[in-house]
Amino acid sequence: MIGTYLLRLVMKNMWRHQLRTALTVLGITVAIISFGLLRTIVSSWYASAEFSSSARLVTRNAISLTFPLPITYAEKIRQVAGVANVTWANWFGGIYINQHNFFPQFAIHADSYFDIHPEYVLSYEQKKDFMHDRRGCVVGRKIADQYGWKIGDQIPLRGTIYPGIWNFVVRGIYEPGTNKTDASQFLLHWEYLNERVKSVLPSRAESTGLFIVQLADSKQAATVSAAIDSVFHNSLAETRTETQKAFQLGFVAMVDTILIAIQSVAFVVIVIILAVVANTMTMTARERTPEYATLKALGFSVQFVVLLIVGESIMIALTGGALGMLGTFPVAQAFSKATGSMFAVFEVSSSTLWLQLIAAVLVGLLASIIPAWHSARIRIVDGLRAVA
Amino acid sequence: MATQLLLPSRFEMSALIEIRALNKIYRRGDQQIPVLVDIELDIRRGDYVSLMGPSGSGKSTLLNLIAGIDKPSGGTIYVDGVDIAGISDNELAHWRAHNVGFIFQFYNLMPVLTAFENVELPLLLSDLSKRERRTNVEAVLSMVGLSDRMDHYPNELSGGQQQRVAIARALIMDPMLIVADEPTGDLDRFSADEILKLLQRLNTELGKTIVMVTHDPKCAAQAQRLIHLEKGVLRGSSHAELA
Repeated sequence: MIGTYLLRLVMKNMWRHQLRTALTVLGITVAIISFGLLRTIVSSWYASAEFSSSARLVTRNAISLTFPLPITYAEKIRQVAGVANVTWANWFGGIYINQHNFFPQFAIHADSYFDIHPEYVLSYEQKKDFMHDRRGCVVGRKIADQYGWKIGDQIPLRGTIYPGIWNFVVRGIYEPGTNKTDASQFLLHWEYLNERVKSVLPSRAESTGLFIVQLADSKQAATVSAAIDSVFHNSLAETRTETQKAFQLGFVAMVDTILIAIQSVAFVVIVIILAVVANTMTMTARERTPEYATLKALGFSVQFVVLLIVGESIMIALTGGALGMLGTFPVAQAFSKATGSMFAVFEVSSSTLWLQLIAAVLVGLLASIIPAWHSARIRIVDGLRAVA
Repeated sequence: MATQLLLPSRFEMSALIEIRALNKIYRRGDQQIPVLVDIELDIRRGDYVSLMGPSGSGKSTLLNLIAGIDKPSGGTIYVDGVDIAGISDNELAHWRAHNVGFIFQFYNLMPVLTAFENVELPLLLSDLSKRERRTNVEAVLSMVGLSDRMDHYPNELSGGQQQRVAIARALIMDPMLIVADEPTGDLDRFSADEILKLLQRLNTELGKTIVMVTHDPKCAAQAQRLIHLEKGVLRGSSHAELA
């Protein structure tokens, strides 16, 4: 009974100063959206690594990713015990119209690439068309929608690693198999690249940047990695093999400092809004000191008064928090659209939503501690005398 | 020197309030300011007592101590046999809820609650059902003449009406004691007279013991007994002439 009444009183008190409450709620909403967006940016950096297949290894040149490996390595890798299949991919690095239109482009070995990557869902007809057209390309649904590409469209790319204008024909648009699958890849034939490289950059012909290895048993990743690298030990191009997750995390590590900075800003935003809500609640509690004293005089406990203040603070924070959580989705969508294919997967995760909720509750709780403590301590007679 | 006042009541009953060697000292830094000094006072059941005195005489402090919203520095206050100076804060809150009705100068109503809800507020500390609460609140509001204002918020009521809501709130738990601190201090003469008549009815018809602090001699004259304080000491008492 008293709990219901307490809740009603909290709700009524909350909107007594409508402008002040609305502005505070707005501040929390903006802070929670910012927090959610920044968290989503950070988690998106890790997303491709988090959802990498545990049954795949990546083999690259031990010196650096920029150094190629001979294509003949493919057969030698295939002979290693525990290897189920091998394919390769080579970074193309072309520019579509201008540098702002970034999306990953790989020259792939078409025969095996889609076998090892079942998460790239391509229809039988489109795959067949792609296989039969050396200038063909397969693009992810995300970039196809972003640039309005359709099957049969000509896509010119200006090469940066491989000079010249390269024209490709869209022969397939793959759908992401899961909502975590990168749908922003541009895949072209390695054979087509190799053919042209032979004439313009013969030193880079018959090579690739990466081999992607499918394991027969994902538990054998460490053993097979070591076995592959041992095959090319003391060769001209020694290899470094690691799980696809470790490979992706290597890229994330390059921007680790930036990610830490983004995470720090996300938490600073919450601390700032905590100060704003604490200020609101302090003003509120001070204004209502005579009312709290009256309640205590009537026989209500100190705990009741404390719950009134804490409840109101949490209610304000939760209102702003809920609006912020709802607002994060369209803002994240707009951000994703604005940044194009920069993030392979950009979606608000459930863990981000939980963090937003926890942040809102904590803001409400922490902001009310000092006013609640003050109201609990003040003597009834002093409270009744207080000027609102 | 202790001053003892044993004043006759219209009702030949035992003392409801027994105050012995009561002292109240405020501390400001190292300084000690005595506000009440060795008060000895009995107030019988059904008494209607006015506490008068100049500002700073300690009359409001004495009222607060009797009502159990302040603690004495020394001495005892027995109300209906309970030493309210010696019980814990939680016990005191429970005791106030069931034994004391408060009437304040500025009404002290909750602005976000209707007249009905304000009067119902103390009943939330009782075991009454919602239906029983409604019946009681309606009865009390009817008694103070506000049956047609139950759904009005305090800011929709005049000062006199707000004070009547406050009186209804003070009565709702059927307390044995009603304390009123300048109940007419914020009202015009007409509204003040209405409130005084209402208090008179509570005393004569319901037998409530009323202790009231006032500056207004006309208001004080409504009471059966006048108690004068000066510099924290009881200086005397007298029977009031009915206005």
